[in-house]
Amino acid sequence: MTVPAPGLVPLTLTVNGDEVARMVPPRTTLADFLRAELELTATHVGCEMGACGACLVLLDGVPVHACLVFAVQAEGQKVETVEGLVARGALARLQAAFHERNALQCGFCTPGMLVNAYALLERGDVPDREEIRDALSGNYCRCTGYEAIVDAIETAARAAQEESVG
Amino acid sequence: MKARAFAYVRPRTLEEAHAAFAAADGDASFISGGQSLVPALAMRLQAPQVLVDLAGVDALRGVHLDGDVLRIGALTRHADALTDPLIRRHAPLLAAAAPFVAHPAIRNRGTLGGSVALADPASEFPAMMLAMGAEMEISGDAGLRRVPADEYFLDLYQTAIEPGEILVALHVPAAGPHACCAFDEMARRRGDYAMVGGGLMAERDGDALRAVRIALFSVGPTPVRARGAEAALEGRAPDADTIAAAQRALDGDIDPMDDAEVPAAMRRHLARVLLGRLIRKLEADQ
Ligand SMILES: Cc1cc2nc3c(=O)[nH]c(=O)nc-3n(C[C@H](O)[C@H](O)[C@H](O)COP(=O)(O)OP(=O)(O)OC[C@H]3O[C@@H](n4cnc5c(N)ncnc54)[C@H](O)[C@@H]3O)c2cc1C
Ligand code: FES
Ligand code: FES
Repeated sequence: MTVPAPGLVPLTLTVNGDEVARMVPPRTTLADFLRAELELTATHVGCEMGACGACLVLLDGVPVHACLVFAVQAEGQKVETVEGLVARGALARLQAAFHERNALQCGFCTPGMLVNAYALLERGDVPDREEIRDALSGNYCRCTGYEAIVDAIETAARAAQEESVG
Repeated sequence: MKARAFAYVRPRTLEEAHAAFAAADGDASFISGGQSLVPALAMRLQAPQVLVDLAGVDALRGVHLDGDVLRIGALTRHADALTDPLIRRHAPLLAAAAPFVAHPAIRNRGTLGGSVALADPASEFPAMMLAMGAEMEISGDAGLRRVPADEYFLDLYQTAIEPGEILVALHVPAAGPHACCAFDEMARRRGDYAMVGGGLMAERDGDALRAVRIALFSVGPTPVRARGAEAALEGRAPDADTIAAAQRALDGDIDPMDDAEVPAAMRRHLARVLLGRLIRKLEADQ
């Protein structure tokens, strides 16, 4: 085997339901690929080392840090960003609850919070506050003090529950 | 910060993975979940010429019970330790440790093999390999070999894995009908690396504990067996006197150093408290 050159490599993946094919440098993270190449800027980049949670996306349905995945590693996989979740109405209840409870101020952390909250609510029950806090343990918010965010997620979970029961 | 440019290969077999590493003259890194490696590349602590992605190597996948040994493929994710029925049943200590490892999104991506290959001294899973008496299956020039956990951890971030070798699977003795286990750690915040942590495995024989194995982490450059404490518990019912004796014996088992955050004396104290909690947890779960 010869040493491969560090040039561009072909990448095909599904982003928000659409197949995307591009040539990318292997060192490009999925976060940078989404933001710079696809102009999907709802995925935020804060620390670039897995600490802040601003860059969360769904990769094959589960939350991962887009700053800790090279785009080439996502070959053949399905990525969903906050843009995609919003477009299919999957965040409507959470967005309403965040708005109502003032669960954001600058909004930098919000996309990551929403991705984690979405995955938590996908379970279909009402998580207790401890579980919500645990799910958000890797998400930094420098503005809100978290209380409002936990409230909003709890409210959205209850609303979903009432709708499915009622 | 961004990683330095590198070439990327995605082998399908162990042979191809080794060949890719050799072709780069060793100036290559293997990547599994990337949850430790990607930050290291971003901070340029490492800057390999070639990144060899192990994700496509099927030999590293799957969880199977093989007689009384559970084979856990290196690519098994942290999150699977919480949900996989075979792991929950036959390696319950891994399932008990998993909620303490990082955060949910990192657990969705990080692999057990990556964690055990890296052998961070503050990591949960490597220490649990020691507590469970697991064997690490490693692929190298001479083919596959197995290294018992007691011989696997050599020094800070140093294991029996030689450069270019690949951790293929973790072989865990399946927990028998009388097995019991406990895990706990003390961290400043949930999800942070622990100041002290540990796992305990034992067999119940009436009121007494036998075949006791205790491994602690964050108390030195590698995970450590608490052999003195094990001996103090062996064959005894874990009553208050026995727990106190095990806690005294623990002092000779560990040799923590001072660091910027936690003085050695505090680590010793926390380790004693942790050991007491582990034993009481065991009893509470009975
Ligand atoms: C914010 C944050 C918090 C974290 N908190 C914790 C924590 O509390 N506890 C904890 O234990 N971990 C923690 N981690 C680390 C995480 O658990 C990693 O996933 C894990 O240490 C490495 O697994 P990986 O699959 O991601 O490995 P990678 O990052 O892909 O690789 C890690 C190292 O192992 C080598 N390697 C990987 N696979 C193999 C293999 N099969 N054979 C040989 N070498 C291999 C790589 O070359 C690299 O040097 C945290 C990470 C982050 C970003
Ligand atoms: S940018 Fe990914 S976790 Fe901070
Ligand atoms: S709203 Fe500003 S960081 Fe959370």
